[in-house]
Amino acid sequence: MPISVEEVFETASMILHQNLDIRTTTMGINLKDCIHSDFKVFTENVYEKILKNAQRLLKEAAKLELKYGVPIVNKRISITPVSLIMETHCEREKFIEMARTLDRAGRNAGIDFIGGFGALVHKGLTASDKTLIESLPDVFAETERVCSFLNVGTNTAGLNLDAINLIGNMLKETASKTKDAIGCAKFVVFANAPEDNPFMAGAFHGVGEPDMSLNIGISGPGVVRGVVEKNKDCDLTQLSEIIKRTVFKITRSGELIGRELAKNLEIPFGIVDISLAPTTASGDSVANIIEAFGIESIGAHGTTAALALLMDAVKKGGAMASGNVGGLSGTFIPVSEDTGMIEAVKRGALNLNKLEALTAVCSVGMDMFAIPGDTPAETINAIIADELSIGIINNKTTAVRVIPVPGKKAGDSVDFGGLLGEAPVMMVNPYSSENFLKRGGRMPAPVTSMRN
Amino acid sequence: MEKELLFITVIGEDKKGIVAKISTLMFDCDINIEDINQKIIDNYFVMIMLVDMKESRHSLEKVREELEKIGAELRLKIQIQHENIFKMMHRV
Repeated sequence: MPISVEEVFETASMILHQNLDIRTTTMGINLKDCIHSDFKVFTENVYEKILKNAQRLLKEAAKLELKYGVPIVNKRISITPVSLIMETHCEREKFIEMARTLDRAGRNAGIDFIGGFGALVHKGLTASDKTLIESLPDVFAETERVCSFLNVGTNTAGLNLDAINLIGNMLKETASKTKDAIGCAKFVVFANAPEDNPFMAGAFHGVGEPDMSLNIGISGPGVVRGVVEKNKDCDLTQLSEIIKRTVFKITRSGELIGRELAKNLEIPFGIVDISLAPTTASGDSVANIIEAFGIESIGAHGTTAALALLMDAVKKGGAMASGNVGGLSGTFIPVSEDTGMIEAVKRGALNLNKLEALTAVCSVGMDMFAIPGDTPAETINAIIADELSIGIINNKTTAVRVIPVPGKKAGDSVDFGGLLGEAPVMMVNPYSSENFLKRGGRMPAPVTSMRN
Repeated sequence: MEKELLFITVIGEDKKGIVAKISTLMFDCDINIEDINQKIIDNYFVMIMLVDMKESRHSLEKVREELEKIGAELRLKIQIQHENIFKMMHRV
């Protein structure tokens, strides 16, 4: 059957009026084959491998943007977790030099972020992992493009509190060394981190991945909001059906472009991540979808139910559209990158307690939220432990990207500019969890992990 | 040789000369028009043109630039996209 005018119009208006885009194409690069006993040779190998491949990615992505008329907003690189490749060069200064190398490769290739300057420490820390964490404040102070992650728990290993206890102080130091604490926006701490997530700041090229892979993150909150607004009176079963159908279409465009891009680059196609990822562009808000459901402001009672329905419909539509759904796949609810979320915090409708509750049903976690700069490190660690416990117990990914902003109090605001948006500083609970956290050790894996 | 089919989409207000200008451009580029269709949808004038670029004298980039010029002149949104994107999105 030929394509009808209505169908062409639907696709065209998704792009023209509702910000449909391929949010990110992320090329995963294995750096294990770059390791060399001479550190200078090692960094040169890393630089060359990243630069060459990143340039190819940009060139081929531009060709497909033209062919299909769908914007590919971000082209990025994820790499083997850096602590793994630095085991034999375990010195703080060398970690910083490696970060500078990555930053230079990214800048010279025209890539805005490189993810993977991190470590998998869910069971414990090696000397390299510890050195990496110690180097992070300086890494963020000296680089622009390098993103970092730590995986501190899995539902089969439990939650490593000794690793979490290192994070609060590291973030506070990073906040003091980078303008408006922006360095903290480039660090994500995970439980159950996916090895093929294309979205920054938490992307890395996992140890089970091939030499190279191409992962793609589609988006389109504006498109979903558009269909929800058009269907004001249907019940929730029908609403779920409508969202499913729309997400199917969005995902298919990602699947097409991802596969073709991987083929043109002659590397394996990894996954399509079907997350709805908001931006601060007008209308490109996940909060506004929830509000179009009939919730007065995101954060009101009913929000968790609405988000659960949205998440489930997104996954079902996406799973039908692509045989390779992976990564985080669901819905992101970062505070500073979504104008609807920012407004909800400002009007007092959304607080940290509700945000934490929402992450039990959304795909990632507590993302891009600012807290007062004088928040004790132990309280930051406790926020992380709470959030990641939700992931461990519920067998899902959860993460925290928190920004303690020096000199700011609850109710103030900080503007990061660009994609990272504007963050209202949120109030934290003033009571202490220090004595709980200082017990340290590892929270055992939950009984649901015993499946063998 | 297999056809290379793309859709040109024009969205905006109906006015004289849209089809004439785009058809002339296609002829000048040696691009064959396979099908043409138009409709009013949600108060928008929408015209779609299916074209075969197999023998095109110009690159897709150049054709798109020329279409954008026409779009700017007539104050219309004009897009050109490979047909596969529509097949993928609208056919299971």
